[in-house]
Amino acid sequence: MNPVVFVALAALTVLSAFTVVLHRNPVHSACALVVTLFLLAVFFVGLDAPLVAVLQVIVYAGAVVVLFLFVIMLLNLQVEARSMASPLLVFAAVAGGMALVACLAVVVGRAAARPAADLPAGFGDTVSVARALFTVYLLPFELTSVLLLVAIVGSVALAKKTAGEG
Amino acid sequence: MAADIAITAAKVVFVVLLVLQVMGLGVFFERKVSALIQDRIGANRASIFGVAALGLVNTFLADPVKFLVKEDVVPTGTDRLLHFVAPVLTVVPVLVTFAVIPFGDVLQVGSRTIDLQAAPLNVGILYVLAMASLGVYGVVLAGWASNNRWSLLGGIRGSAQMISYEVAMGLALIGIIVVYGTLDLQAIVRAQVWGGWLPAWGIVYQPVGFLIFLTAGVAESKRVPFDLPEAESELVAGYFTEYSGPKHLLFMMSDFVEVVLVAALVTTLFFGGWQLPWLFRDGFHLPWGAAIALPSWAVALLQVTSFALKLVFFTWFQIVVRWTLPRFRYDQLMRLGWQGLLPLSLANVVVSALVVVLTGRSA
Repeated sequence: MNPVVFVALAALTVLSAFTVVLHRNPVHSACALVVTLFLLAVFFVGLDAPLVAVLQVIVYAGAVVVLFLFVIMLLNLQVEARSMASPLLVFAAVAGGMALVACLAVVVGRAAARPAADLPAGFGDTVSVARALFTVYLLPFELTSVLLLVAIVGSVALAKKTAGEG
Repeated sequence: MAADIAITAAKVVFVVLLVLQVMGLGVFFERKVSALIQDRIGANRASIFGVAALGLVNTFLADPVKFLVKEDVVPTGTDRLLHFVAPVLTVVPVLVTFAVIPFGDVLQVGSRTIDLQAAPLNVGILYVLAMASLGVYGVVLAGWASNNRWSLLGGIRGSAQMISYEVAMGLALIGIIVVYGTLDLQAIVRAQVWGGWLPAWGIVYQPVGFLIFLTAGVAESKRVPFDLPEAESELVAGYFTEYSGPKHLLFMMSDFVEVVLVAALVTTLFFGGWQLPWLFRDGFHLPWGAAIALPSWAVALLQVTSFALKLVFFTWFQIVVRWTLPRFRYDQLMRLGWQGLLPLSLANVVVSALVVVLTGRSA
């Protein structure tokens, strides 16, 4: 990816991520989240992973945040009064964030030390990703789908229970 | 490099112009077909030097100009930024989807072979679904930002409806992917040759998938019988009640571009895209052995024309459907989506996969 394009996109991504956290209007925050997730998809395109990019848009930008917006609109949430969390929570959040940045710095530093290798043919396209998923990573893949099934059954059970009581 | 950029730019301009022309024709059909079905005459007032051209002057000149010069009213209490962004967010995802739709095979210019598709993408079908899923935001945000109960109700209805039918739509596409074994739209069209007496078109292999996809596609474009987000007898105009002038034009435009998009996808996936019977890269090869050689440009021209005519036909078809059926009730809409189309499309996927595995071959 062209460095100029990368820096511009990265700046935009960080800016919209900050907007998600700092904006007082929940709908604007959700919209900023869509922008952030969409820009991440653009990075995947730059990294020769078109399949991951498209899936990122379908699942996160296209489906998850729509549900957020749907709930915000149904509950008719208004502009939030700014309330400060307890100092202990703020401290824990800041410390956790710093730890994450430190971990990332170490990992990114290690990656940069290696020379860039040429991509194998078909890297990141559907066939190679699917082959990896259904051969090498078959067990984790199936376990994840069981996990998702459990989540779906659980949410249906919860919804049924409330409907019966109410 | 410069030549490549110029060629891509030319393809993009061609696709946009083609789509917008077919969209204009769609609006024309909407007015004239509805008039025919309701035993009226339809648009015939606006004329230039006495030539009304069957109402074409109305739809292609008078109406757009009227929309563009009307006052743009923004009611008090709206969220100004989102109110402005929402119409743009409805049009753009639909228009950019056309980038992956192939409108011809290849064109030979000197030593250069030009692929007649604006963006050759090996995840084409998923790209279509991704852009379709982004289309929801325009509807939801327009409904929320307008500060109007009808708009909000329309926005909520629209988002629930579009999410519900996306599921069936995606599953209907899996049948096609199983049969042709690729996500690349150009490769799918190339596989749909009509060389013998019968075509290898998607409709032949996936008739059920076609019905599900067409139904879900009409639901995604939010038109009758699925027009609950904008049901005029209940919600004034639903999510775009508070829009006027050019912004209202954008919503109207996105409605009709979506119709053209559904037509383009149906053509590409189920009706051979740009394929013509017995036409190959070097000309016609008729099934009884005769052959007519044609130069590359003539073949490309025939293919583009074939694609455009199929596009116009399916646009017309959707307009006829729209003026034939009454609107669903909301619970009927949800029942059709989740209890009708979803199990049917799942069964379609299982049966298609079984047939492909057992016979050991795909198309």
